[in-house]
Amino acid sequence: MTFERPHPRPPVPALALRGLAKRFGTKIAVDGISLDVPTGSFYGIVGPNGAGKTTTLSMATGLLRPDFGTALVHGVDVWQRPLEAKKLMGVLPDGVRLFDRLTGEQLVSYAGLLRGMDREVVASRVAELLAALDLSQDAGTLVVDYSAGMTKKIALASALIHAPRLLVLDEPFESVDPVSAANIRDILDRYVASGGTVIVSSHVMDLVQRMCDHVAVVAAGRVLAAGSVDEVRAGESLEDRFVQLVGGRSHTEGLEWLRTF
Amino acid sequence: MVAHLLRLKLTLLRNSLRRSPWQLVGLGIGALYALGIVGLGVAGLLLLRQADVATAQTVVVLGGAAAVLGWAVIPIVASAADMTLDPARFTTFAVPMPQLLAGLALAGLIGIPGAATTLVALATVGTWSRGFLAAAGALAGAVLGVLTCVVLSRVVTAGTVSLASSRRFKDVSAVAFLIPLVLMGPIVAGVARGIAGNAGFVAELARFLEWTPAGAAWALGGELAAGHYGPAALKLLIAAATLAALALCWKLLLQRALVTPPYAGTAKKKAAGLGLFALVPATPTGAIVARSLSYWLRDPRYAGALVVVPLLPVLLFFQASQTGFYGILLFVGPLTAFLLAWSIASDVSYDSTAFALHVSAGVRGLHDRLGRAVACLVFALPVVLVFSVLPMFFTGDWTLLPGILGLALGVLFTGLGLSSVVSARYTVPVPLPGDSPFKKPPGNVAQTLAVQFGGMAVLLLLVSPELVLVALQLAGGSAVAGWICLVLGPVLGLALFIAGVRLGGKWFDSRTPELLAQLAVNR
Repeated sequence: MTFERPHPRPPVPALALRGLAKRFGTKIAVDGISLDVPTGSFYGIVGPNGAGKTTTLSMATGLLRPDFGTALVHGVDVWQRPLEAKKLMGVLPDGVRLFDRLTGEQLVSYAGLLRGMDREVVASRVAELLAALDLSQDAGTLVVDYSAGMTKKIALASALIHAPRLLVLDEPFESVDPVSAANIRDILDRYVASGGTVIVSSHVMDLVQRMCDHVAVVAAGRVLAAGSVDEVRAGESLEDRFVQLVGGRSHTEGLEWLRTF
Repeated sequence: MVAHLLRLKLTLLRNSLRRSPWQLVGLGIGALYALGIVGLGVAGLLLLRQADVATAQTVVVLGGAAAVLGWAVIPIVASAADMTLDPARFTTFAVPMPQLLAGLALAGLIGIPGAATTLVALATVGTWSRGFLAAAGALAGAVLGVLTCVVLSRVVTAGTVSLASSRRFKDVSAVAFLIPLVLMGPIVAGVARGIAGNAGFVAELARFLEWTPAGAAWALGGELAAGHYGPAALKLLIAAATLAALALCWKLLLQRALVTPPYAGTAKKKAAGLGLFALVPATPTGAIVARSLSYWLRDPRYAGALVVVPLLPVLLFFQASQTGFYGILLFVGPLTAFLLAWSIASDVSYDSTAFALHVSAGVRGLHDRLGRAVACLVFALPVVLVFSVLPMFFTGDWTLLPGILGLALGVLFTGLGLSSVVSARYTVPVPLPGDSPFKKPPGNVAQTLAVQFGGMAVLLLLVSPELVLVALQLAGGSAVAGWICLVLGPVLGLALFIAGVRLGGKWFDSRTPELLAQLAVNR
């Protein structure tokens, strides 16, 4: 083994996107997105509906092949060495089904076994995850009978089971009740504190401002602003800054009749 | 308001067609099929014009009563009720009740079943165009009858909506409905034989049904043609009262449904263990075996296939007893092998977007292919063995056993190998998870047929050595061919199985995201 002298070099980002682009038919969904997500950051991606958030995250996680561009997870190219890259990632995709004829416990165990984990490790982690997400009571219920919030939580558990270094969560708090959302935030905070990286996409600006340390504003398939939350919001609230960046606030003159009853 | 509801229904229909040209093809094929049946019905009814009054009356009443029964039963068992104008969606609009009822009833006539029923019913006017009064009576009867059908089906749907929205009921009824459907041939033949043996019974049944709500409307034309004005008036009364009573029921149910949305209660269960997952090796392949087997048991789309399997020998036995050619029973083993092996060719399509878990977990193609195939093999192998041996007890010709066994095993392994390749490359539109197995997404026909028939042709080619050997034995009577087949079938089959799983795995590895993208289209 040769001894290498430590020399200062920029740390490898947890996720590096370079010129990602995707076109569906005539519509350009993602128009060349480049983004660096530093290791150990809690990164929020915000944008209006149809901004290309889900498409970008799908391409970054190996679910959707990009037309152009690359995605590197801790320096591993997602599209050149997919199996290696996917080991490093836990993914909660938005708008996909689950194997919902399995019980909650079976589904999370399935996700663990698919990743080639030991049976004992899977069993103990499943029990802990279900307890942490307040799902122990429903471990034996089929996922098809779960409520929307419970379904989100069980999908999150499936993404966490293999202790990934990078978590990519698409709309993780949608229809999750406030208590569970607080529990999930605690889990994620501790995960980030111990060196993990979390990327969440969300519509809720308040949540992102409170929870994340970095944020990227995406609209029409491009990055409008990216950096630490304080940099991006530049002294204003993230919500006001977002509206400024994205535009499209209509200063409604009409609708007077709405006040006349 | 009524016109608004009708326009809404038409717009919904048109927009659903706009989503893809295949939808239009599907509707076209459905319409052609319906047109064929309607054409036959209309032609028959017009021909009945020449028949004597009693015969025509019997046919019209029985047909009408059957239509009423169909409209009542099919929505529950098939969970295929057309819910595009679900009353619950009008809750917030404060539509006046009488107009909502009239609009929804008329909207029920838009679509293939409604249009077909209406056309055939109107053809009875032709049957009874033997005088002005008879024709007018038939027209009134047809209108009353068709409205009764539509309203009855709405009453049934509204009445069972809380039952039908429970997942367990949907699962069970969908699978249970398959049994009479599969046995349709024997059942129809049995009924037909019973009727042929006792022709008077049919006429009597019709005479009885005329006085019940199911048949009264359809009897109007005949009574008037025969000049029975008194009974005709009574039957008009019965038919009108039926419709009025049904409309009242519907109104009450609808009023209730609008303020109490359906709630499907679920039983909470504590951890019930891992089930099949505890029995398999803790590897990706093992997990996929356990997951697939759980689905074969729990998902009605798979369980339906399992229910059909034990009925196959029954069907073939019936076929044999009709023709007196019991040799066909020999092939129940190979046939079952084919059906079960081919059933996993659309396995990935059945996953729908849940397949994303396999993609994001980075499952290797080989593991995915092998897991699904082994899950099918776990129950298919014993079933195929039993079904291959069983017919020998009937035919008594045990010399054919080696050949048939070889063929069945060859078909099973080869078919699983081929399915592993096909499902790694092609997706076909299938009922979505949670939908009734009967609910084929429309517009899939041409594409599905191409994949299905193409695959079957390839399979036929791949198992041709076994087929030739069995044919040789059947033709020449040489037992040697059979023994060769017993060795060749499993050996060649296993070789093709391994080749199929490997090739499928390779395709899978290089195309997983594209496969997921195809699945997302059919979501």
